[in-house]
Amino acid sequence: MISFEPTEEQQQVRDAVASFATEQIRPAAREADETGHIPGALVQQGWELGLVQSAIPEALGGYGDQRLAITSALVCEELGWADLSIALHMLAPRLAVYPILELGSDAQRQEVLPAYTGAQFAAGTAAVMEPRFNFDLAELTTTATRRNGDVVLSGSKCYVPLAAEAQHILVYARGEQGLAAYIVPRGTAGLSIGEREQNMGLKGLATYELQLENCRVPASAEIAGDFTALFNRSRVALASLAVGVARAAFEYARDYAKDRKAFGVAIGRKQAIAFMLAEMAIEIDATRLLTWEAAWKIDRGEDATREACLARNYAANMVLKVTDNAVQVLGGHGYIRDHLVELFLRNGRGFAVFEGLAIA
Amino acid sequence: MIDFEMSETIENARKMVHMMAEQTMRPIAREYDEREHADPTEWHEMMWGVSKGSDMVFGGKSEKKDGEKKDKTRSERFLSSAVTIEELSWGDAGLYLSIPNPGLGGAAVAAAGTPEQRKRFLARFQEGKPKWAAMAITEPGAGSDSAAITSTAVRDGDHWVLNGTKIFCTSGQRALDKSDGFVVVWATVDKSVGRAGIKAFVVEAGTPGVHVTKVEDKLGIRASDTAQLVLEDCRIPLDNLLGSAAVKESTEGFKGVMATFDATRPAVAASALGIGRAAMDFVGDALAKAGITIRYDAPLSKLTALERDFMEMESNLQAARLLTWRAAWMMDHGLQNSLEASMCKAKAGLAVTQVTQKAVEILGPLGYSRKLLLEKWMRDAKINDIFEGTQQINLMIVARRILGYSSKELN
Repeated sequence: MISFEPTEEQQQVRDAVASFATEQIRPAAREADETGHIPGALVQQGWELGLVQSAIPEALGGYGDQRLAITSALVCEELGWADLSIALHMLAPRLAVYPILELGSDAQRQEVLPAYTGAQFAAGTAAVMEPRFNFDLAELTTTATRRNGDVVLSGSKCYVPLAAEAQHILVYARGEQGLAAYIVPRGTAGLSIGEREQNMGLKGLATYELQLENCRVPASAEIAGDFTALFNRSRVALASLAVGVARAAFEYARDYAKDRKAFGVAIGRKQAIAFMLAEMAIEIDATRLLTWEAAWKIDRGEDATREACLARNYAANMVLKVTDNAVQVLGGHGYIRDHLVELFLRNGRGFAVFEGLAIA
Repeated sequence: MIDFEMSETIENARKMVHMMAEQTMRPIAREYDEREHADPTEWHEMMWGVSKGSDMVFGGKSEKKDGEKKDKTRSERFLSSAVTIEELSWGDAGLYLSIPNPGLGGAAVAAAGTPEQRKRFLARFQEGKPKWAAMAITEPGAGSDSAAITSTAVRDGDHWVLNGTKIFCTSGQRALDKSDGFVVVWATVDKSVGRAGIKAFVVEAGTPGVHVTKVEDKLGIRASDTAQLVLEDCRIPLDNLLGSAAVKESTEGFKGVMATFDATRPAVAASALGIGRAAMDFVGDALAKAGITIRYDAPLSKLTALERDFMEMESNLQAARLLTWRAAWMMDHGLQNSLEASMCKAKAGLAVTQVTQKAVEILGPLGYSRKLLLEKWMRDAKINDIFEGTQQINLMIVARRILGYSSKELN
């Protein structure tokens, strides 16, 4: 039966993350963007929320919670609202954990997952995107070739979060049977981590380019199968993060508009500004509902490719428009780094670019 | 829990209405668009037979269950309405609006009338020949600014005497001249107090002093009659003022009828969705026949312009649909939904305008031709951006709510 109300449990989880987001993450956003550094203590606090451990089975040291796309959507929205860089840093280990959870063998699960259930933050990541304008998840240029019982990886990757500190990097490559992911432990020969990337946004998140040259891993490191559901979950998560960023921008602009005076009154009382804000509010709600619908379908075990792709594309467009409008509402003040809206815009533009992040 | 599955009851109703729309509305859609002021009498009689005595009143309390304990299946009434309205409009939006039905006039009576008035005016929809009820607010000089209407109601003994001109009254002609129906007329009892003086009055068919002076020629929804009414010393009983005697002293009448918009805006949004979906279905079929598939999961850099356009159309329509369902769901759960009702109306009007206009472009020479219904759907769609609160007015309402401003502070 149609309903738009999360369960009580989901509301509790969302509220807990929202509190943490407001009290701890958001105050650290500007400094993380300026310095490129997120305080270890904050990362550790985020770890204690259990974002990574929750879906890992109890037998392997995790909390054994159900991995629901809807719950992820609620959580990702709050984290995205607080700060995208810090959110992705905290969620990054899921990039290694979730594909193994979903498609990995028992041996792989037992070998890798316990490392992400300890008391301290454990960095893990995945290398998906490639440094070319026409990057296509369905046509990776990174290759995986079988050789004497091993697999040799070759190619370039970019936008790999936390690569320099990650215990495991899941490298997505095109094998003989199609798309697969390979568990590459830290220090494996043939994988070289480049200098930290400099991007328009996500400046608080340490991301890297990787070169794979004759990078040899055992055949047992391969995770093969149907990645459709995983990528759809990723699309939904990205769309939810985008809703969060957009909501942050909207609220900032709305509050500013009620305060800032021009021509004798608060600018929020002028139609041009008021209408922009109204459209922003509508589009944020619309995107959230499209995203929830895709998430709901995923949770029912149905193929949600169409809905997830539509939601992701809609969200990418929406967050750009909303964050752009938020800068506009603040006028000159939106352009300076005293205010967060320019940061929201730089981060917001990224959603049209990011793909294949299995953070949900 | 968050759930997007329609209940079986609603899904069954939808299927039934869809069949009716496909089999009885589509075949006559073009005819009643070309023959703008003709009456699809046979179809009206059939629809009357189907809907007479049912709960198809959007807004306010249903007469059938008045006094009875609310039963569980009724907890989805507005959502169910939204779904069936979408199907009827998918069939033909003009014909849907022309269905003999309590309509907006009935909604006003249900929302603001006393129990006696509801019985007196609405019982007629349970029996006899097809009837219509309409709502007359807009005047030549007052559209969006409904508080600026100048039609007057003056007390004279046991009567109210109404004077004024109303335009853009949907089903006004059928309500007054073609059936034993009525029109709810907004008039002011005291211009000097502004909004507080505006009340709703029921003018029944056959009342001397009210005349339909024009039936508009329109861009679309041509099967629906849009009437101009002139009231010239039109005398109606005192009891035809909607609401109790207390209404005379307060703004209750105005507020009560304004509150019906929280229910009717999602209904109009739902109608828009039907037109949009008709266009989407048509474009989808045409592309499939031409062997063109939409690659949903292709990267943005590889999507064709056509794929981008189509995906944008789909998303906008579905977004409008989900916002509409949310507003209806809130109504069903007794949640205050003025913000959400205005959001869905603003989005739906805009989305369906864009979808149908883009659909004509995509279908090229086929889209532009009157051999097919697509061009008609674009013409039908546009009104949804305008009536029941223009897009701009609905944005204004959304803006006031999100900013916490009164109508004095933001206008």
